[in-house]
Amino acid sequence: MKGPSLLVQVTSLARRSTLRTLRQPAVMVSAILFPMMFFAINAYGLDAATSIPGFPADSYLDFAFAFPLVQAALFGAITAGADLARDIESGFFDRLSLTPMRPASLLLGMLAGVVALGLIQGVIFLAVGVLFGVDVKSGFPGMIVLVLLTVLVALGFGGIGAMLALRTGSVEAVESAFPLFFVSIFMSSINLPRDLIEQDWFRYIATANPISYLVEGLRSLVITGWDAQALLLGFGCAFAIIALSVTGASALLRTRVAR
Amino acid sequence: MGRGGFFSVAFAVAGRQVYKYFANPAFLAPAFFPLFFFVAFAGGLTRVGDVPGFDYEAGYVAFQYVWALLQAVAMGGAFTGFSIAGDFENGFARRLLLAASNRQGIILGYTIASLVRGALTGILVTFLALLTGMPMSGGFDLFGLIGLAVLVNVAATLFGAGVAMLLRTQQAGPVIRTPIFLVLFLAPVFVPLNLLSGWLETIARLNPFTTILDAARGFLAGTPTSVLPAYAIGVALVAIFALWAVYALRRAEKAGA
Repeated sequence: MKGPSLLVQVTSLARRSTLRTLRQPAVMVSAILFPMMFFAINAYGLDAATSIPGFPADSYLDFAFAFPLVQAALFGAITAGADLARDIESGFFDRLSLTPMRPASLLLGMLAGVVALGLIQGVIFLAVGVLFGVDVKSGFPGMIVLVLLTVLVALGFGGIGAMLALRTGSVEAVESAFPLFFVSIFMSSINLPRDLIEQDWFRYIATANPISYLVEGLRSLVITGWDAQALLLGFGCAFAIIALSVTGASALLRTRVAR
Repeated sequence: MGRGGFFSVAFAVAGRQVYKYFANPAFLAPAFFPLFFFVAFAGGLTRVGDVPGFDYEAGYVAFQYVWALLQAVAMGGAFTGFSIAGDFENGFARRLLLAASNRQGIILGYTIASLVRGALTGILVTFLALLTGMPMSGGFDLFGLIGLAVLVNVAATLFGAGVAMLLRTQQAGPVIRTPIFLVLFLAPVFVPLNLLSGWLETIARLNPFTTILDAARGFLAGTPTSVLPAYAIGVALVAIFALWAVYALRRAEKAGA
C-alpha cells in the first residue's frame, strides 16, 4: 500500500508538534517570558557597561537584544527534543514505524515544529523589543533577517535536541542537558564584546564558542546596521550547526529504526 | 509535649536528610547555577569594575562572589523544599507526621539539614572564588558575611518548606524556585545600586535582599555598611517564613497528608 507523500507526512507531524507545544501553557510561558525576563534584567542591570571605553552601543538594551533570541532558541530545542524523547518513551515512535509513514518524517516534522516556534518567538520578541525602545539600525529589512537568523539558530539547536532525544530516548536526559546549553550561552560574547573581555581564559572560550558568532550576527543587525563579516560568520555558524546536528540526528534515527 | 520531643524529632529528621545528601552526590546540585553564574559573570564582566562610579574596593570578582554565595545558600534552601515535596509525594511525610511526637520539630530538622547543605555548597563557591584569586580583606568581618548567609539559607528553607507542605507535590518546584530567583536577580547583581537604571533600580531599592547583599559585600571588603538593617531584615524574614512554614504544616496535618 502506498502511503501519503513525504510532504504530507511532514506537514501532519509538524502540525502535531506545533500544536502540542502551543497546548502546553507552561512551556509557552517559559519559552516567551523567561528569556524576556532575563533580557530586561540584563539590559537595565548592565546599562552602566555602555560607559566602558570602546563599548559599541549607546544603549545596553540594543546590545542585549540578541540574548532573548538565542535563549528562546535554546528553550525551543529542549522542548522539541523532550517531545521527541516522549514519543520514543511512549511507544509512539515504534507504532509509527509500523505504518507506511517514513521515520524521517518524524524528525522533519519535529524540526518544522521547532522552526514554527522559533518564528513565533522571533516575531514576539521583536515586537516587544521595538515597543520597549530597541532601535534596529538595519531597519525593517534587518528585522526580517533578524527573524530569519533566529529561526536558523532555533533549527540548529533543535537538531541538537533531536540528537539527544534519539541517542538517549529519555525525556529526563534531554531536559538535563538544559544547564549545558545555558552555560554555553553565557560563556560567549553575550554580555560584552569579545575585545572588552578582560580575562584571557574567558575571551579564548568565547572566541572558540560558535554561539558568540550567532550572537554577534544577530547583534550587528541591531547596533551596527549591515555588517557583512558579522552576518557571514553568524549565518555560516548557523548553517554549520544545522548541517552537523541534522546529519547526526539522521544517523541516530537510522540506528534507532534498525533496532 | 515537651521540648525533648521537639528536638529529638528535629535531630532525627536532620540526620536522615543529611544521610540522604551524602548518599547522593546530587546534593551539591544547588551549587551548580551559582558556580556557573560566578564563572560567567566574574570571568566575562571584569571590565564592568572599571565603570565610573563602581566603587567596590575588593574588586569585581569579590563583588560577584558575594552574590554567588548568597545564591548558593538560598538555592540550598529551595532544594530542601523540593526534598520535602518529594517526601510528601512518596508517602514518607505521612508516616513522619504520624510518628513524630512533636511535628514542629520536623521543620527544624529540615532547616538544620538545609544548613549543612548550604554550608557545603557555600564552601564550594568560596573555594572556586579563592582559586580565581579573589582577595579576602574582611578579617573578622567575614563572620558577619557568614551570619547573613545563614539567615538567607534559613529564610529560603522555611519559605520552600511552607510551599512544599502546602502543595505536597513535586510540581511545587517552580513555585519555590521562581520567587527566590526573582528576589536574587532583582537586586544589584552586576553593578552597585547607584549604577542601576530604569525600573530595575526602583525594584532593587524596594527589594529587601538588596540591603542584605550590600551589607554582605561590605563585610567581605572590610567596610561594613547597613549592618543593623541587613540583620533586622534577615531575622524578620526568618520569623515570617517560620510562621508560614508552621501554617503550612497545620494545613498538611488537616489534609491528612
